[in-house]
Amino acid sequence: MTVPIIERDVLQATLDHALDSGGDFAEVFVEDRRSSSGRFDDGRVEELVSGRDRGAGLRVVRGDTTGFAHTADLSRTGLLHAAEAAAGAARGGGGGTRTVALGAPSAHPIDGDVVLPENVEKRRKVELLARADAAARATGSAVTSVTASYADARRRILVANSDGLLADDDRVRTRLSVHCVATGDTGMQTAHEAPGRTMGFELFDDFTPEDVARRAAQRALTLLEAVPAPSGRLPVVLKRGAGGVLFHEACGHGLEADHIFKDASVFKGQMGRPVASPLVTLVDDGGYAHEWGTLAIDDEGHPARRNVLIEDGVLTDYMWDVVRARNEGRAPSGNGRRESYRHLPMPRMTNTFVLEGATEPDDIIGSVDFGIYCVQLGGGQVDPATGDFVFGVTEAYLIEKGEITRPIRAAQLIGNGPDVLRMVDAVGNDFETWTGMCGKQGQSVPVSSGQPTVLVREMTVGGTAA
Amino acid sequence: MSRGDLLEIARGVARAARDGEQIEAYVVRTRDTDVEVFGGEVESLTTASVEGVGIRVIAGGRQGLAWAGSLAADVIDETLKEARDNAGFGEPDEWYGLASLADVNGAAPPALDLWREELVSVSTEEKVRIALDLERATKAADTRIRNVESASYGDAFAEAALANSLGVEAHSRRTTCSASAVALADDGSSTQSGYGFVAGRTLSDLDLDSIPRDAATRACRLLGAKPVPGRRIPVILDPLVTRSVLGVLSSAFNGESMLKGRSLFAGRAGQVIGAPFLQLIDDPTDERALGASQFDGDGVPTRRNALIVDGVMQGFLHNVYTGRRSGAGTTASATRGISSTPGVGVRALRLEPGTKSPEEILRSAGEALFVQSVSGLHSGTNPISGDFSVGAEGLMVRDGAFAEPVREITVASTLQRMLLDITEVGSDLTFLPGAVAGLTLLVGEMTMSGA
Repeated sequence: MTVPIIERDVLQATLDHALDSGGDFAEVFVEDRRSSSGRFDDGRVEELVSGRDRGAGLRVVRGDTTGFAHTADLSRTGLLHAAEAAAGAARGGGGGTRTVALGAPSAHPIDGDVVLPENVEKRRKVELLARADAAARATGSAVTSVTASYADARRRILVANSDGLLADDDRVRTRLSVHCVATGDTGMQTAHEAPGRTMGFELFDDFTPEDVARRAAQRALTLLEAVPAPSGRLPVVLKRGAGGVLFHEACGHGLEADHIFKDASVFKGQMGRPVASPLVTLVDDGGYAHEWGTLAIDDEGHPARRNVLIEDGVLTDYMWDVVRARNEGRAPSGNGRRESYRHLPMPRMTNTFVLEGATEPDDIIGSVDFGIYCVQLGGGQVDPATGDFVFGVTEAYLIEKGEITRPIRAAQLIGNGPDVLRMVDAVGNDFETWTGMCGKQGQSVPVSSGQPTVLVREMTVGGTAA
Repeated sequence: MSRGDLLEIARGVARAARDGEQIEAYVVRTRDTDVEVFGGEVESLTTASVEGVGIRVIAGGRQGLAWAGSLAADVIDETLKEARDNAGFGEPDEWYGLASLADVNGAAPPALDLWREELVSVSTEEKVRIALDLERATKAADTRIRNVESASYGDAFAEAALANSLGVEAHSRRTTCSASAVALADDGSSTQSGYGFVAGRTLSDLDLDSIPRDAATRACRLLGAKPVPGRRIPVILDPLVTRSVLGVLSSAFNGESMLKGRSLFAGRAGQVIGAPFLQLIDDPTDERALGASQFDGDGVPTRRNALIVDGVMQGFLHNVYTGRRSGAGTTASATRGISSTPGVGVRALRLEPGTKSPEEILRSAGEALFVQSVSGLHSGTNPISGDFSVGAEGLMVRDGAFAEPVREITVASTLQRMLLDITEVGSDLTFLPGAVAGLTLLVGEMTMSGA
């Protein structure tokens, strides 16, 4: 990989120039991203796609105002132009020039045991897809359509700022997705499975295309037998891994400092108070090995950390980026992330987990007289200002007299984040994670979520059963 | 950051085609400004220029693509090399091929003027002032507005060119601008958020006064909302909700989905799929639509496509590939960015408006649920099975007027059922950002789940 080496003196000159006419903080963020992907559909490889994107984002903060400009031109001239544009955008504060002294660089090279996708023959990526397709179709004759896609991306970033910070990171992410359609008397049903990790081609040692494909196919076949979901307020058991995304959406977003700062979070003013059942401990851990949201440094150059957000039900911290942390006079928490050099960073989650409890998962299911058992959730949405959320359920079963019985068709779970946190009545001693993309203000970043088997006393289930 | 004429760049790439090889280059350049304000101050001001190229190569019946976020000559050369290499790994398909002059068939692109020169001369100060005024007016719109979570102004100048080695060329440019605000209303015991936004091709298209009004109304009228008991009930959809539902439905008319066995309406052409007065049209030649466009993603001039006429399904939308494979021919419905080969999609989808105003529909509905916004649309609806179940908030309607607000409910049906159950189409056709226009819709019966 040819990396755009930006000389230290060019970075320094760019930062100096950005602060020429005053300003409290300046930052250069350089990114070089290469990606490749392939798609198998309709029984054949459709095409391979490769992408290359690189450039720099320049930020100047003056008072409460951030000026931002970006450029694909990484020459000295290109960077100085962008610095001027960002400074112009932040114009309005006091004058005076500053000279920036960059500190010792902190480098985070890629691990030696990562199998770089760029060194893997394209033919091998294509083979994975054919294997997934064959395995899905072999799962059952009712599987009528299979789409498999492969994607890898290597993202190298470099951050320098007027506090003297200089850091870089080099990450590889790899993901396989399989979507299946099964057709039966009840119509068509769809299902998917899409594991991804911050690692290279060695991902497929842990997740063989056959296993991934069979899980997706089996899920679609199961849905053909599904009965309409019940409606109303019911106990909900979230299987390990399945419900982390719910805690991500329903609680995590409200704990991002920008929402707090704008008085647009139900968790504002709750620090040190009980906000959840004492069984709940919620952490955001950007350093957790190889997870989809794992980083060495965030997109503002600060090391990823394990941050405890809720401890035994008590709110202990929010998630911070540089701008909001400066306002509060505290250190950032390694949660400043951005989709690309074209975007401004903001507080974002990385890998957000509910920690394990003490109860056997079978005992949790056994305690429910009538409710639903969620094995996979689809996407969700939350209004952080109110905490109201909605989630699609993509694989779930009825629990009747403590036993998992029939599969149920598509349904929605709706509720309120703080309410659900308080209604967590049991937390299992198991744990699993889930891979996803998190969208916020038009920016999409990779995240994971995770949780043990959890019982929520009641949530509104919106099904279609009469 | 001008690097010359985009069409010239695209032609230069297409000219590199060797014997037995087809090459297409799609080149874009966009200039954006985005202002966000908070608490009476500019929170962020972003100025940016983005450019990029997507190169598609077809050789030996195989297809490959590569893209780059740069138009530097060395990057374009490397991208072409990658695209050629990638083409070696796809599997052959006899229907692959770029648009030819036969696909264009002598059609002239619709005469659309999507560029407003006056937007270019609007100063940054003016853009900042619009956003600050918007925040102030939203805060002042109602005493219950506790806070304005965000107020923003943005505009974009976009240009795109396509050239292929079969002689098809396209070039277009457009201006767009938009403004929005999110209000937080508080009655002491609960908080609700509501937004207002407008979009157009230039400043004079923007009814800025409507934003604070809409944001405040939408937030305040939901204060005190509660779940209500579930039942089957007539449902009135706000134009923004109708837009979202039509957006999901549009994939059922996608020729690619149909060919791959993933359309709800496969084999239904010529059959009744909707209420007898229902007319659904995708018309990118309609200049009022913000998705209007002279060319599609294959470089073929766009046209008006009727999808439902008097409740009867007309057919599917196609790009060059799906048009050839199905035998139906392209409907100029290729959609794409630089980083993908063309897919199929709508650009300017709308229902033909009816005669009743939203107020008249409210009066005609009896006891009904008015849905102001939905959530979980993408997780709760399935354009393949037709299952439809979304989270909703809105107001109960009684005696022709809004009654108590409701939240934490879901509304459910199937897309098939909803099309047949539509009893009124509003007269309030509203062109919105994106590819779908909205209007008020009355669906005779849906399942509401709640407390």
